[in-house]
Amino acid sequence: MDHLLEVRDLSVSFHLLEGIVPAVAKVDLVLDEGEILGIVGESACGKSVTARSIMRIIPTPPGRINSGRVLFEGRNLMELPEEEMQEVRGEKISMIFQEPMTSLNPAFTVGDQISEVFRFHHRTSKAEAWEKAVEELRRVEIPDPEKRARSYPHELSGGMRQRVMIAIALACRPRILIADEPTTALDVTIQAQILKLIAQLQREIGMSVMLITHNLGIVASLAQRVAVMYAGRIVEEGPAEIIFNDHHHPYTRGLLRSVPRLDLPQRDLQEIQGTVPRLNDLPEGCTFSNRCDFVMDLCRRQESELRPVGEGHVSRCWLDQRVW
Amino acid sequence: MKSMSLLSVRNLKKYFPIGRKFSPGRGGSIRAVDGVSLEVQRGQIVGLVGESGCGKTTAGRAILRLIEPTEGRVLFDGEDLTAARGPDLKRFRRRIQIVFQDPYSSLDPRMSVFRIIKEPLDNFFSELNSRQKRDRVAETLGRVGLLPEHMTRFPHEFSGGQRQRIALARTLVSQPELIVCDEPVSALDVSIQAQVINLLKKLQRELNLSLIFISHDLAVVEYLCDPIAVMYLGRIVEISPKESLYKKPLHPYTEALLSAVPIPDPVLEKKRRVTVLSGDVPSPLNSPRGCAFHPRCSLETDACKELRPELEEVLPDHWVACLVRGTKTKEVQEDASS
Repeated sequence: MDHLLEVRDLSVSFHLLEGIVPAVAKVDLVLDEGEILGIVGESACGKSVTARSIMRIIPTPPGRINSGRVLFEGRNLMELPEEEMQEVRGEKISMIFQEPMTSLNPAFTVGDQISEVFRFHHRTSKAEAWEKAVEELRRVEIPDPEKRARSYPHELSGGMRQRVMIAIALACRPRILIADEPTTALDVTIQAQILKLIAQLQREIGMSVMLITHNLGIVASLAQRVAVMYAGRIVEEGPAEIIFNDHHHPYTRGLLRSVPRLDLPQRDLQEIQGTVPRLNDLPEGCTFSNRCDFVMDLCRRQESELRPVGEGHVSRCWLDQRVW
Repeated sequence: MKSMSLLSVRNLKKYFPIGRKFSPGRGGSIRAVDGVSLEVQRGQIVGLVGESGCGKTTAGRAILRLIEPTEGRVLFDGEDLTAARGPDLKRFRRRIQIVFQDPYSSLDPRMSVFRIIKEPLDNFFSELNSRQKRDRVAETLGRVGLLPEHMTRFPHEFSGGQRQRIALARTLVSQPELIVCDEPVSALDVSIQAQVINLLKKLQRELNLSLIFISHDLAVVEYLCDPIAVMYLGRIVEISPKESLYKKPLHPYTEALLSAVPIPDPVLEKKRRVTVLSGDVPSPLNSPRGCAFHPRCSLETDACKELRPELEEVLPDHWVACLVRGTKTKEVQEDASS
């Protein structure tokens, strides 16, 4: 079966004063119809850059997409002229960001900002667009939407602003929603509200979601498939149950063992030794080799490819089987 | 009364007046901390959890008198910290230290690690000569897992986790008895968080420190702290030994808070029941009458709109401020209605 979205061999670097920083290297990803794919990793692992490259919103310069194809509806988005790409953005593929205050324009009411989507993509009249905007606010469960449409972003709470962002993103019923740390700036009780809303709208609209987060709990609650990223690479990918309970890569294991959990009896937190390497100063061979508990000579010389280790499960590790 | 606590916070309040400089309080005031009482025994790690805006940071700072409390008393080792002035206050400053959330802004970028850590020694241990100070700095660096050669470097050369270690070394060098940790791991990556949490735990044990650990992360607090206080809109709504709090949360807010934390396991996640609270946290500028939580509460009764619940001990050492889950308040309620 054809995939809805296919990312092949994506490599992105940033050309900065301190040198060339390879932010994303050799990333392959697929997203299927109606699926929620979780991308997890720590800061600077390349998860956001991957998402922004798909949307082609990497600032160039300093960013540069060195290689890669993004196949969507039979076209390679990387080769699309900018005008056509603008029609894809927001209409077919939408994105929401971490900090809703900086993604919304403080000088316009939220109603205006939602209307803009309809006016741009569907050339609707102003009045009609406004009506639709109010409808969208109702859909994301904002109380008293007629009144709220006339509010400015600063008059809303963080949770409400993120709802507005979601309303803007989903106004055209896109086929793909890319959510980049959608709840990181929010409190847990508000986070629970927003996650529930995303799951519910995903089912209603039947879209696919690419959920980017550092929070393993959020991935576990929503995603069917998970890709784990480290130092610009995907190091493991597979069905969510497998990644959480039968993972293969030592980094995935380390990540899961380093978070305290409410549901388990007290156990010692296992830290991953060392620190995340700087991207322009990566270790030779496997990028995780300097922190790995199971490092072998081979790991220090050569990096593994993503190798199949199970049904729909790949891992970038030389280990033949789990050793723990 | 039990043996004397190291720190005893009594009915601490901090109101921030709204309005212009010359008419303070004209527009009312923000009740950031509204009557917090807390005991810290020697060797305890007390957790203070709550969502943003609940007053946990303000409470932490008011305890240290980094901001002056509006009302209430803070007793440290039996002495009144709130009344201390000048040299007296300085003596307390050595014994109570604080670690901030963001290790990028809490360290002076123009100072070397040596100078950053030595500064408290200059302040509090002026009798030491420079050689002794250098040794003390080197020793403290070792304690937090850094090397003596790091002394000559500057903060920008370190990662977030290492910077937090430097901040910790700076607090430890003055040999404090109590450290207020204000979200010390929230700005760090997951794998680094575990390192800093384990380090805190180790140091606390080795040096028999007392900590007030302020955090919004319930899982981290559960791992590290005992007892734990839950704050909502400037007040402690529940305070309890860890075990009891997580097994049997009494306040509906604590319940919702605990149920809202996603578990990193998809199989368990499918079974988890989330109590999704409606609405947002109200502004502390006009917090609701009665119980501040009643507009979002599932157990809300008519009395909750009128009466403000006080903390009461419902289970051993497990205190809750809730009219429904409390017991004694029931009688008060009946009295009020009759």
